[in-house]
Amino acid sequence: MSAKRPLIELSTSPHVSAPQDVTVIMRNVVYALLPICAYAIYQFGLSVLLSIFTVTLTCVVTERFFNWVGKNPSTIGDWSAVITGILLALTLPPGFPLWMGVVAGFVAIAMGKALFGGLGFNVFNPALMGRAFVQAAFPVAISTWTPAFFTGRFSEFIPTTLTMPFQTPPDVSVWVQKVTIDGFTGATPLALRQIQLVNTDLMDLFLGTTAGSAGGSATALILACGAYLAFRKMLDWRIPASIFLGVIITSGVLHMIDPKFAAPMFMLLSGGLMLGAIFMATDMVGSPVTPLGVLLYGLLIGFLTVIIREFASLPEGIMYAILLGNAAMPLIEQVTQPRVFGAARKKAFSTINSKGGEK
Amino acid sequence: MGLLSWLKEGTFSHGVHPSYHKAETQSKAIRRLPFPSQLIVPLSQHIGAPAKAIVTPGQEVFRGQVIAEANGFVSVPIHAPATGRVKDICLMPSAKGPHQMSIIIDVYRADTQEVMYGLEQDMEKMPRENISKAIQATGMAGLGGAAFPTHVKLQENKDYDIHTLVVNGCECEPYLTTDHRVMVEQPEDLLRGIRYALRATGAEKAIIGIEDNKADAAKILQEKIHDDDPISVKLVRTKYPQGAEKMLLKSLLNVEVPRGGLPAQVGVVVDNVGTLAQLGYLLPRGEGLIERVITITGTAVKNPGNYTVPFGTTIRFVLEALDIDVDHDKIILGGPMMGASVASLDVPITKGTSGILVFHEREAICDNEHPQYPCIKCARCVQACPMHLNPAHLGWLAENREYAEMADNFNLRDCFECGCCSFVCPSNIPLVQHFRVAKAYNLKNPQEVA
Repeated sequence: MSAKRPLIELSTSPHVSAPQDVTVIMRNVVYALLPICAYAIYQFGLSVLLSIFTVTLTCVVTERFFNWVGKNPSTIGDWSAVITGILLALTLPPGFPLWMGVVAGFVAIAMGKALFGGLGFNVFNPALMGRAFVQAAFPVAISTWTPAFFTGRFSEFIPTTLTMPFQTPPDVSVWVQKVTIDGFTGATPLALRQIQLVNTDLMDLFLGTTAGSAGGSATALILACGAYLAFRKMLDWRIPASIFLGVIITSGVLHMIDPKFAAPMFMLLSGGLMLGAIFMATDMVGSPVTPLGVLLYGLLIGFLTVIIREFASLPEGIMYAILLGNAAMPLIEQVTQPRVFGAARKKAFSTINSKGGEK
Repeated sequence: MGLLSWLKEGTFSHGVHPSYHKAETQSKAIRRLPFPSQLIVPLSQHIGAPAKAIVTPGQEVFRGQVIAEANGFVSVPIHAPATGRVKDICLMPSAKGPHQMSIIIDVYRADTQEVMYGLEQDMEKMPRENISKAIQATGMAGLGGAAFPTHVKLQENKDYDIHTLVVNGCECEPYLTTDHRVMVEQPEDLLRGIRYALRATGAEKAIIGIEDNKADAAKILQEKIHDDDPISVKLVRTKYPQGAEKMLLKSLLNVEVPRGGLPAQVGVVVDNVGTLAQLGYLLPRGEGLIERVITITGTAVKNPGNYTVPFGTTIRFVLEALDIDVDHDKIILGGPMMGASVASLDVPITKGTSGILVFHEREAICDNEHPQYPCIKCARCVQACPMHLNPAHLGWLAENREYAEMADNFNLRDCFECGCCSFVCPSNIPLVQHFRVAKAYNLKNPQEVA
């Protein structure tokens, strides 16, 4: 007994920590994305299933590749590359050629994340970096929309999906005529409104029965999944809330000036706004940490989204709005540092009763 | 407005909710541990100048006898915690790290350990200006943990009008229940101590702030308060760090102590319930502070509880007396949020020690192997910091060793190391430790800080 010298563990306080670590948060974001993936597959069939799988795999492999290049330990275990992959796949059109999806996935991780130093150091949302790259590189493929719920979606691929690498995808308009009964054009609600001046029923938008990117249309489902994350405190609900506020204010003012501009509800429910606002703008790395900064960041993204949608040649604006929001984040954070407890504020020291002060 | 004020009632913004683990010990009555055969009594158990030893090796000392006297105003005397013989006065390990001058006493085994020293004094008749002196004579230093000499706080303030005495019964640190037990078992002593403190400071009223998970203690105190006492009991929300004095004042009085300032600047003096209960017991008897109640708990402790222990008792003795087998374990003095893990079992219990926690290595609480991830800017630390700092940015600056920038532009000095940011960090970044390093660096290199 006397020979035994007990070993004592040493560490600095605090000696306890909250149970959620990064991997738990990231894994739960993946869980929250799964129902959206399932609905996207139900909507668009095998093509989306394969697209999600391919893009995600590309992202994970790219992440591991850059770990290897930089002689760093593997970081694929933190699940962040999986999130990037799934999110990226969900923002692509359902029939997006797989080889282009691979390019998008590679660019997302390589240029969106690895170049900056990996998780925590990226300036822009990696998934949106990949999306923005293919938007510029493949302008036709990225705006080729196919209808939801077409017959035979579980037995055949959308023809464009299996385009050979470095080949231009085939024209799908004939195929679209074949699989749809009611002469669906395959245009998204936003494009319909901007180009053909046709408004889509808000209920359809809310439930997500319309054409659009693979995972962007199921508004109700995205809200529910976001609510789960917010409830578990893994998502900052203030960001989507302030984006919605920004969208409502901007489009509301525009709509009041001239009704040719879309009404706030349509703006909120259409396009990829829900997916972007709830799952991409809330990317912790690219969003401010200060309470006031979060509000400004959200309002800015909401404002930019409406401006891009209404005045730019693009029907969709949330992607660039979030990327610009990411870019503005450091500045926003700098000017919104929180007021320190006990620091001077109007009326703050009215309770001070220094005897010296009275003399 | 009604809802808003209800939400703000009895609480402060931010903070965290760790699991409290108070059930293990909060219903157990305070018991006494046997006297150890040797005591190591450090001369510096309080903030301020160390006491000056007035005994010599070989000298016989009696329990309660002054063995070291106050060395200046911000200093307190030390009384012999047990009857015995002074073996040596030398450097011994301390909880703070560096070895400290300590009086080693070989305790007489057969002694009754009755307190022989003490001169009864009539506190009612004592002039107000003498109370502070009497408090200093008891050797009282804040038993909440900081161990600041109590008489310095409990005296007439020359610069500010003190209108309120806030009695801190929050005990927001998980696991610890000493203050809770003292409130339940010594309400008369506590109220007496509060009355003395009211007289000493000249405050008009006293508010006892108690977290709402100790409602039983609040009820007992409420019943014992006399009708003519200007004392009230107020429940505050259970949230860490509710017991930090700035947070408590925000919760109770909705005032913010100015940055870098003291509660006196808003007309308040804050003292801990354990301290005032001891004062209520010691002052009329004219005795000195020789022992305190500590919580001994943790996953490695088979019979957790609250124990009265004389100062100078080593952790080794406590562990042996309670049959706690230590191997690959972590031993923490104080609570798990702000307490220090000790490197030696020969560290003695002092006036500022509120508990001993022992945890097995395999428990998560001991796990040093939490992998650290890069900061993902989740902002949880920003939403947890009770001082409204930006720990995320401070941590980033610390990793780049921009220590001066942290102090100059990001309010490093306002951090009181409560541990909330490290607690919530999902990337397991040791933020508080970063800040300690930064503060220490800035202290050593003052020319770099603006």
